[in-house]
Amino acid sequence: MTGEPLIEIRKGSVTRGKRRILDHVDITVRRGEIVTLVGPNGAGKSTLIKIALGLERLDSGEVLRAAKLKIGYQPQKLSLDQALPLSVRRFLTLTEQHSTVRLEQILAEVGVPHLMESSVHVLSGGEWQRIMLARAVLRQPDLLVLDEPTQNVDTAGAVEIYQIIARLRAAIGCGVLMVSHDLNVVMAATDQVYCLNSHICCSGHPADVSRDAEFQRLFGPTAAHTLAIYPHSHDHVHAPDGSVTHDCGHDHSHDGHHHAH
Amino acid sequence: MHIESFIVRAVVAGLGIALIAGPLGCFVVWRRMAYFGDTLSHAGLMGVALGIMLGIDPTVGTIITGIVVSLFLLGLQQQRSLPTDTLLGILSHAALSIGLIAVSFMDKVRFDLMGYLFGDILAVTVSDIAWIYGGGALLLAALALIWRPLIALTVHPDMAIAEGTGRLPVRLTFMILMALSVAIAMKIVGILLVTALLIIPPAAARRFALSPETMAVATVLVGGAAVVGGIGASFTWDTPSGPSIVAAAAVIFALSLAAGLVADKVHGNRA
Repeated sequence: MTGEPLIEIRKGSVTRGKRRILDHVDITVRRGEIVTLVGPNGAGKSTLIKIALGLERLDSGEVLRAAKLKIGYQPQKLSLDQALPLSVRRFLTLTEQHSTVRLEQILAEVGVPHLMESSVHVLSGGEWQRIMLARAVLRQPDLLVLDEPTQNVDTAGAVEIYQIIARLRAAIGCGVLMVSHDLNVVMAATDQVYCLNSHICCSGHPADVSRDAEFQRLFGPTAAHTLAIYPHSHDHVHAPDGSVTHDCGHDHSHDGHHHAH
Repeated sequence: MHIESFIVRAVVAGLGIALIAGPLGCFVVWRRMAYFGDTLSHAGLMGVALGIMLGIDPTVGTIITGIVVSLFLLGLQQQRSLPTDTLLGILSHAALSIGLIAVSFMDKVRFDLMGYLFGDILAVTVSDIAWIYGGGALLLAALALIWRPLIALTVHPDMAIAEGTGRLPVRLTFMILMALSVAIAMKIVGILLVTALLIIPPAAARRFALSPETMAVATVLVGGAAVVGGIGASFTWDTPSGPSIVAAAAVIFALSLAAGLVADKVHGNRA
């Protein structure tokens, strides 16, 4: 059983000038599910994220959103101007007010409880990613959108951050749509992978995607191999009540796209 | 010492301006809008000229042109082929030129160009003070309403919009507030120095602030000190009032830089 669809993009296409950025892209994120977008640079991942967030429009196709969909968004790049003094506490309450207790709780959950009164201008890459994640999660979103949540973080840190994401997803019961370059570690905490290269070249469970011919062509056999090592470890991060169980099979709505079997 | 009543009026007016310009000036610095401030004040000259021509209050004329220029900018920004600073340069200098042409048609006795360019705080009237405090109260109330979303928009526009805080009215409201504040402050320090009053106090206050809110308060204090110091200097040495206020602000900024350097050194030695 899978949760209800939170956002669904159907046959989404975007053209900028003469370039087709997105070409008939179908993607669905359901409650309780972690969906990861992978793909080479310029594949349209950022555009797809912006469409999902409602920041950009499709030229054709449609976006269906659940009613009153509450979004938490962790942007890829957030270069703060030094001119703006900002503590972690103030950063966390940028778009919504929260009690100190709640703020302390979330900082503990992302593993940086000591940073509350620290200036955001002195944080390390890993600390900053955790704080940004905490901020996006604080408002208890239905849909958590994470654009490269482990940028500038070493591998050990990245593994931990993906574990935190999986844990928070279970705690809040939200859906997660994320972009990642960490092929080797992200899959451990992913239910669905969409490999994007303007069009969806393959999608499905991480283990299946890793065997896909086009995926192997894009990322090389080594990446595909590391990916396949983690076929089922994501099973352990689901909520005990079973409310966030997922569909392990392919998403057959993606007709016309090839899965290697 | 006997204090002239025009000095009292000047200080009261100046402190009012510092109160308004402080929080708005912070946003000008945070959002890198110094050039926008220039554009608004340059357009202000056009507003004054048009106001006089049409027989309405020059301040009202300035506010209207400021809002029109802001709307123009918002519209032009929708097409992304030209960068914002280029657009601002076009608007700013076009408005200034139109303003100067309009002024050239006017009677030189009726129109004190130097007064508008450099301001004359010592000539402030009671009705000017009413404008400053009445308009200022409205302006600060509106700014308080949009404060939180505006900060979120400043940190990351996409994030604020995706999470439903930063819709267009926030930016539009902010631009209208900018136009209002420039129109009010222009009378005191003049068209050429309005931007200085918006950006120097926050720049000086930055070092001593740990949050956006404390920076806004510190900026008001710096601005107030610059007003009192500038008017004092102007009265004592008979220097022009607007430039004296800006020079005083610059001195405070220099002192804050020096204080910051010393603090860094002490901190560095401890570490």
